[in-house]
Amino acid sequence: MDSSQLFGITMIAYLFAAAFYLGLFIFKTPKIGLIGMLLALAGVIVQTAAISLRWYESYRMGVGHAPLTNMYESLVFFAWCTTLFYLFMEYRFKARVIGAFVMPCAAVAMAYASFSSRIDSQISPLIPALQSNWLIAHVVTCFIGYGAFAVAGGLGLMYLIKLAAANKKSTDASLTDALPELKVIDDLTHKTIVFGFMWLSAGIITGAIWANEAWGTYWSWDPKETWSIITWFMYASTLHARFTRGWRGRRIAWLAIIGFLAVFFTYFGVNFLLSGLHSYGSS
Amino acid sequence: MTPQRKNPIIALFASVQLALFLLFLLAATSIIGTLIPQNNIQAFYIEKYGPKTADFLHVLDITDMYNSWWFLALLAVFSMNLIVCSLERIPQVIRTIRRDGLAVRPEQLEKLPLQKVMTLNTAPEEAAQRVSSFLRGHGWKAREVEKEGYRLFFAEKGAWTRFGVYVVHCSILVILAGAVVGSSTVANKILHNPLFAFKGSVLIPETDHTDHIVAVQSNKRIDLGFTVRCDTFTIDFYPNGMPKTYRSGVTIIDGGKPVLATDIEVNRPLTYKGITFYQSSYQPYQDYIVTLKKQGGTAEQTAVIAPARQEDWREAGISYGIINRESQGEVTRRLKIWFTDNQGEASTFWVNINQEAVVERPSGTYLFQARQLYATGLQVAKDPGVWLVYSGCLLMLVGLFIAFFLSHRKIYALVQPQEDGSRILFAGDTNKNKVGFSDKFSELINKLET
Repeated sequence: MDSSQLFGITMIAYLFAAAFYLGLFIFKTPKIGLIGMLLALAGVIVQTAAISLRWYESYRMGVGHAPLTNMYESLVFFAWCTTLFYLFMEYRFKARVIGAFVMPCAAVAMAYASFSSRIDSQISPLIPALQSNWLIAHVVTCFIGYGAFAVAGGLGLMYLIKLAAANKKSTDASLTDALPELKVIDDLTHKTIVFGFMWLSAGIITGAIWANEAWGTYWSWDPKETWSIITWFMYASTLHARFTRGWRGRRIAWLAIIGFLAVFFTYFGVNFLLSGLHSYGSS
Repeated sequence: MTPQRKNPIIALFASVQLALFLLFLLAATSIIGTLIPQNNIQAFYIEKYGPKTADFLHVLDITDMYNSWWFLALLAVFSMNLIVCSLERIPQVIRTIRRDGLAVRPEQLEKLPLQKVMTLNTAPEEAAQRVSSFLRGHGWKAREVEKEGYRLFFAEKGAWTRFGVYVVHCSILVILAGAVVGSSTVANKILHNPLFAFKGSVLIPETDHTDHIVAVQSNKRIDLGFTVRCDTFTIDFYPNGMPKTYRSGVTIIDGGKPVLATDIEVNRPLTYKGITFYQSSYQPYQDYIVTLKKQGGTAEQTAVIAPARQEDWREAGISYGIINRESQGEVTRRLKIWFTDNQGEASTFWVNINQEAVVERPSGTYLFQARQLYATGLQVAKDPGVWLVYSGCLLMLVGLFIAFFLSHRKIYALVQPQEDGSRILFAGDTNKNKVGFSDKFSELINKLET
């Protein structure tokens, strides 16, 4: 058994979990949702083992480092963070159907990592720039933030769907009955953004400190840095709009989705479309 | 609030609308610099975008937009907004915190979001005693007041957490202040002291030394006040050929004496007298460092030689030179050496870089080793503002935590006499996390009931 097989199992578990959560959303049968949750939980446990095993394998290869150093590893870690964060939320707030909007995201990340031809899943040694104790702190803080923002984006989408159905008052509305109350979704979206914002800030800060140790500049307006601060500005605006202007509901839902698009671009777009210092993640 | 009219400019700077607008503007304009490559020469932009657009980009400083007057002005306005907005709101927060909970009228308690009524069949004095010691026992230090017909208890926690958001605002200002202190532009143009803060680079060939560097932006010479010598530069590789370590062995010479010999690697910079050296690049030269030894002797010669030049080791009566090379790009793999001790015909042989060749000559056996000469490229920075930036970062995380996760919670207990005992009204309020506090509140009151 090696880590890539375990990652394969994880991917399948997440795909099925996503399917079952969608089944829960459509058919509203609690049992289907429970299976979805168990699959997601099993997936995250297997994935934890897989990540640990990959870490161990890298030491056996003599190039030991945390598995957080290229696009493959970061996608896997993103899926792990998102699922873990989501399961915690499901447990804490008892809102299972949210999985229909979050687990597809984790499943797609795993599938993309496994199947895309531009992503190399080999364990490779660390280039000198990445040999730093800040690596783990920086990647982990950023990705907890990304995971939270992915969940917030899913919640925003859920809010808009429920709202549209409620406005139409057609028979379709029954499809969205299983979703939590609009007020509850709104509150969860806000809490998730707050949590993500804290971690994104920590991620940017650890990145800045690391850059200063490696290159002597804590901020060089490299595209990755710039996009991370753009994302930060966007969520800062969202929080201010809510705290001081009283924005709620639809507007916040849209901002959660737009914010996640910014996160997505910071994560992927910059690597594939723009060039810069931060190019480790692109292959 | 004061009824007098506010200065419209101050009102503008104090407004959250302006903050939202500026955050949007900062985000939107920042995108430009990620789409248009920054800090290239004008010819690059002319070729890429055509002369007209290139001119336009140049006029608006978009080719170096994050240092442009308009972007810095945007940041300055943003800072003003932060300062004015915070200064205007902090007095309100202080008033909120100072508001005496005991001055509240009983009717007002009925309007608070959390409420619970209890009746006890004891006299009001006894009930009050019980409430007071109960609250104290659970960490709520209640003050009390006795008024006509009722006794009121009031306790609060975390009033100071209302400042959390201003801690975050302040942290942004501290970070920006750190950036100003560490700016080489400020050091040059305002302090007229380029040595105060700078970013530069230097290329030092092995065995060579330097006492100055070149500033990145202005290309001006900056004297270090001491000398840096590069003793060695080495690259280690992984078995798969990827680079593992770039390492410069350097010696600091201060006041004519070597004071420090150490290695600089990526992620392991060297700081001396406030100036930090970072491993950033290297340059292979087409010169070679040759080490020559006679077997059985102690004599040794090290020399830096260029190809196709005769080099003499006079003491040993040896002459040698490089007559051919095999390279991959700029990296030399092996050298062909011409070698003579002036006795008989000269030897010629190939030697791999970094490997020792044994040369048998009539005058004895010689060990010959050559390696390519490299220069190490170091980034050199002095940033006296970095500690401010780091403190600001720490302050920001602390502030965010306070602002998001801690709240100002209040509990009131109103004890009134009733026909056969006393009526107690518990009321509570919080500025954040209403659901969480609601649970805590019910839990607390339930404890008193049982």
